[in-house]
Amino acid sequence: MAQAPKFIGAPIKRRDDPRLIQGLAHYVDDFNPPGTLHMALARSPYGKANIRSVDVSKAAVAEGVVAVYTYEETKGIGPVPVGGLVPDAKVPVQPILADKQVLFAGEPVVAVIAETRYGASDAAALVEIDYEPLDAVVDLEAALEPGSPKVHDDYESNEAFVWGIAGGDVEAGLKEADVIVKEKMTNARVAPLALEPRGVLAHYLPGEDKMTLWTSTQVPHKVRTLVAGQIGMPENRMRVIAPEVGGGFGSKLNIYREEALAAFVTRELGVPIKWVESRSENFLTTIHGRGQVGEIEMGLKNDGTITAFRYNVLADCGAYYQLLTVAIFTLTGLMLPGPYKIANIEMNATGVFTNKVATDAYRGAGRPEATYILERMMDIAAVELGMDPVEIRRKNFPDKSEFPFSTSAGLSYDSGDYHLALDRALEAADYPAMRAEQEEARKDGRYLGIGFSTYVEICGMGPSAALGGQGWESARVRVEPTGKATVFSGASPHGQGQQTSFAQIVADGLGIDANDVTVVHGDTDVVPYGVGTFGSRGTVVGGSAVVYARDKVRAKMAKFAAMEFEADANDIEFEDGRVFVRSAPEKSAGFADVAMMAYSAIALPEDTEPGLEETHFFEPSNFTFPFGTHIVLTEVDPETGDVEILRYVAVDDVGNMINPLLVHGQIHGGIAQGTGQALEEEMLYGEGGQPLNASFMHYALPKANRLPRFELLHTTTPTDVNPLGAKGVGEAGTIGSTPAVVNAVIDALSPFGITHIDMPLRPERVWRAIAEKRA
Amino acid sequence: MIPASFDYVRPQSLEDALAQLGEHGDDARVLAGGHSLLPVMKARLADPGVLVDIAGIDGLSGISESEDGITIGAMTTHAEIEASASVQGRCRSLAEAAAAIGDVQVRNRGTLGGSLAHADPAADYPAVILAANAEITVAGADGERVIAADDFFTGTYETALGAGEIITSVRIRASAARGSSAYLKAAQQASGFAVCGVAARIALDADGAVERIRVGVTGVAESAYRATSVEDALTGAAPSAESIRKAAATAGEGVDALDDFYAGADFRRHLAGVYAARAIGKAWIRAAGE
Repeated sequence: MAQAPKFIGAPIKRRDDPRLIQGLAHYVDDFNPPGTLHMALARSPYGKANIRSVDVSKAAVAEGVVAVYTYEETKGIGPVPVGGLVPDAKVPVQPILADKQVLFAGEPVVAVIAETRYGASDAAALVEIDYEPLDAVVDLEAALEPGSPKVHDDYESNEAFVWGIAGGDVEAGLKEADVIVKEKMTNARVAPLALEPRGVLAHYLPGEDKMTLWTSTQVPHKVRTLVAGQIGMPENRMRVIAPEVGGGFGSKLNIYREEALAAFVTRELGVPIKWVESRSENFLTTIHGRGQVGEIEMGLKNDGTITAFRYNVLADCGAYYQLLTVAIFTLTGLMLPGPYKIANIEMNATGVFTNKVATDAYRGAGRPEATYILERMMDIAAVELGMDPVEIRRKNFPDKSEFPFSTSAGLSYDSGDYHLALDRALEAADYPAMRAEQEEARKDGRYLGIGFSTYVEICGMGPSAALGGQGWESARVRVEPTGKATVFSGASPHGQGQQTSFAQIVADGLGIDANDVTVVHGDTDVVPYGVGTFGSRGTVVGGSAVVYARDKVRAKMAKFAAMEFEADANDIEFEDGRVFVRSAPEKSAGFADVAMMAYSAIALPEDTEPGLEETHFFEPSNFTFPFGTHIVLTEVDPETGDVEILRYVAVDDVGNMINPLLVHGQIHGGIAQGTGQALEEEMLYGEGGQPLNASFMHYALPKANRLPRFELLHTTTPTDVNPLGAKGVGEAGTIGSTPAVVNAVIDALSPFGITHIDMPLRPERVWRAIAEKRA
Repeated sequence: MIPASFDYVRPQSLEDALAQLGEHGDDARVLAGGHSLLPVMKARLADPGVLVDIAGIDGLSGISESEDGITIGAMTTHAEIEASASVQGRCRSLAEAAAAIGDVQVRNRGTLGGSLAHADPAADYPAVILAANAEITVAGADGERVIAADDFFTGTYETALGAGEIITSVRIRASAARGSSAYLKAAQQASGFAVCGVAARIALDADGAVERIRVGVTGVAESAYRATSVEDALTGAAPSAESIRKAAATAGEGVDALDDFYAGADFRRHLAGVYAARAIGKAWIRAAGE
C-alpha cells in the first residue's frame, strides 16, 4: 500500500453488534426447517456404572415419539475423533452411545427423536436404564495409587500417557542455585460456558443425497471431514454451516457425539433433526479446561537469576479424550520458560483418566497453566530472596536486542520488548504510590495487595508442521462487478469481530470503503477449505490469507486499469474508490468501472482471465508471541475472606492492531474470564463422580460488578511472521490475568505469612488460610 | 431444563384462587413471581399438576403507609420494595434486603409473598421479617389470620402457612423515633443467595441505651433465626463498637449450620458473628443519627 492506512488501526465498531444486541442474529436454534424433529438424550447420572439393561418400551410409545436409538442401532457410527496425541498414549474409544458401561455423569445412553423438544425430553425421562453404580475415579493423585478404582477396566491403571519436555539440565541448574523454592499448585478444572450452548441441526435430502449440518462450532471444515467420516458419507456430499456462534473459548474446537448422531439420524429418517444443548448438559458434556495438579521446583541465584524450573504434573484427561485433550498439556510444556531466560527447564506430565467429561482447549489452552505456576513461583521466589517482584522479573527478561529469542523449550520468540511493557505498566499504575497506599492501609488494618504477571504466550497457531498439520488458513477475495468486495474466509469467527477487521484489511488495500466489503465465513459450501478460529489465529493467520488474496485481486485489477490507461500495471494506484495512474493521476477511473471491465471481458490484458476472484492459503513460518504486564491492586477483607479488585492495569503488546476496539474487547473479556478462574471457578465432583456445582446457581462466573474499570495500554512490537505484523489477542487476557489476581491476593495476605493459596480464592479458602496462620 | 407438563389457571379473585387450591389440594402450587418455583420445576425437582397464578387478583400488590407502619401486598415485587420511599423511611433493612436479591430481572418479577412462602433458607427477606417483627396476613378457606414473624419460618422450605392458604400482605411497624435497621449479606458468588445475611433493627432510648433490638440471621441454618443471645447482651445499655462486636460474636454460636462446598458450617457460624456486628453497628449509627 502506498497510501497511509485509512481503516487498519481504526477503532471501528463491530458490525455484528446491532444484530446481536437486537436479537436479530441467527444461531443454530433459530433455524427451523419444516418437519424438524427433536432429539433428547437419556444420560448417565453416575460417574461410572455398568448398564445391566436398557428398556425403551415406554419411551418408544410416548406421545410424539418417532424413533429411539441405543448403542445397538448406532454402533456403526465411528467413534469420537481424537488427535494431537503423544507417543504411547492409551486411546480409549469413545462410542456415540454407551454400550455396557458409562464412564462419566452425562454420558449419553439413549437418543429419543420426537416431534417437539418437550416431548423428546419427556420421553427421554421414560427410558428405563438399570445401572449398577461402580466406584468412580475423581481425584488425580488417588487415581494413580495402587488399588484405586479404574476408569477403564481394560487398562492396567488410570495412567493415560507420560510425556515430558526438557531443555538444558535441570539437575545441574538446581545444583548451581543458591536457593530452591518449591510449591504444589492446582489449576482447577473449569467449565468454558459459552453463552450459547452447543447445538446441531442436521438435514439430509435423500433425492439430492446431500446433507446440511448446522452446528455451533469454531471449526466447520474439521466437522465436515470428521463427521462425514464417522457416518461413512463422502465429505463433498455434506455442507457444514456454523451460523452465528455465541462464543466457544475452545469448547467448540471439537467434534462431539451429538453431531454425528444427528447426522446419522437424519440420514435414516430423511427429516431434519435438531438437538440444542441445555445448560445442564453443557456443564456435564461439553469439554472442560485446565485440570492440572503439580509440584514445582525452582532454583535461583541470590541475585534472582533463575537457574532451573521443573514441573511434575498430573493432567486430568477425563474418561475419554476429545479432539485435542492430550495436546493441550504439551502446550503447557512449551510455555514453561515464559518471558524469562531459563536455561534449564523440565516438565514431566502424567495424563490421568478420571470419571469426568474430557478436558480440552479452553481459552489459553495450556499456556495459562504454565503462566500461572511460573508467575506464582516468581513471587514466591521474590519473597524468599527479599526482592521486589518487579526486580526479580526484570533480572530474568531477555533484552529486546536478543530477539528472535530461542527458549529452552525449543521455541523461537519472534519479537519482544518485555522491559518496555513492564515500564509502561509501572508508570500507569504509579507503582511507588501503590506501595505507599498499601503501607498506609496496613496501618489502618486494611489488607491491600499488588500482583504482577509478566507473560508471553504462543499465538497465531501456527506452522502446520508444529501443530501436527493444518496450521494454515485460507481466504478468497472477490471484487464484484459493481465494485463491492466479498471476503470468503476459512477462519470461523464466533464473536471475535473479523466481519469488521477483515473488511478493514481489504478496504485499505483496494482503496475502497470498509462498508463496501462483506465478510463471509462458516459455510463449507461457500468458503474455501479452512482450519477455523482458535489459538489466537483468526486475524494473525486468517487475516494474513486475506492480505495475500486481496493483493492478488488488486494486481489483477491493476492489469485491467493499465490496459485501459495504456500504463504500466506497477504504476496503478488505488485510493478513495478511484483507480489511477500514479505518474499521471488524470488517467483515472472509478473502482467499480475497473471491476466491470474484468467481468465484461470485452478486452482482456495479455494472459489474463476474466473475473476478479483470488484465493490464498497462508502458511505461517512461526507462531507469534504477544506479551505484556498486568498489575492488579486488591483488597482482602480478612474477616470474611472477600476479595475486591480495586485497580487493574494491563499493558498488552499484540503487535500491530487492526482494530484497537476489538483488541480491547478481547482483553476485557479475557481478564474477566481469567479472574473467574482465579477467584471463583472450579468444577467439583462428589465421590461418585457426580458434579456438585453444574449449574449457574452453583458455579460462579465473574460478574461485571466484581470487576473494576480496566486501565488498558499497549506497546507495539510488530512481528515479521506475517504481513500484518499482528500477533493475536484472543487469549492474552486470560493468560495475563489469573496469576496477577492471585499474586495480588497473596501479597495482601503477606503480613499473615501466607505464601500460597490454591485457586479459586473463594472467601472461605482465604478466610481459612488466615485462620490457620492466626491459630 | 424443561419442566414436566402442568395445568395453569389464572383466577381473578382471591375467592376463586382459594377455591382452586381447595379443589386441587396437594397437586396445586401458587404461582406468584415464579422466580423460586419455576427454576425448581425446570430442574424437575417439583412437578405440580396445577399452577394457580395469582397475578390477576386485584389488591394483592402495593405498599400502603399508615401512622405506625407499612403494609405491603404479597405480590409487590422486590424492585418496588427496593425503590419505595415508604419502605426506605419506615424499614430501611427491608429495602436493603430487596435490593440484595438476585439481579434486576429477578427483582422485577419476584415478589415478597412468593419469597416468604417459598422459605428458602438462604433467602434475604426472612432475616428482615424476623428483625422487624413483621406480621404476615394469610387468607384461607376459613378466612384471614395473622401469623407473627417468630412463628412463620418453621424449617427448610417450610412455613406456618396451612394447606390452601395464600399470603396476602405483610405488615411492618415503623422504626422507633430513635430507631433504624440495616441488612448486610455475604452473597454466594453464583446464585447471589445469602451465605450469611443479617438484619438488625434497633431502638434507642433518650439516653442512647438500647431499648429494643432484634437480629435476624438467614443463610446460616436450615431456617432463618433470631440471634437472641446477641439481642439480650445488648439490650438495656448504651452500645459501643466493642460491645457490639463482643455480643455479635455469639450470633452463630451453637447453630446447626448449613455446610456445602461453598461455605462450611464453621465458616457460616463465623460469618454470622461478623455480619451481625456490621449490621448492628450500621443500624446503631443510623438510629443514633436519625
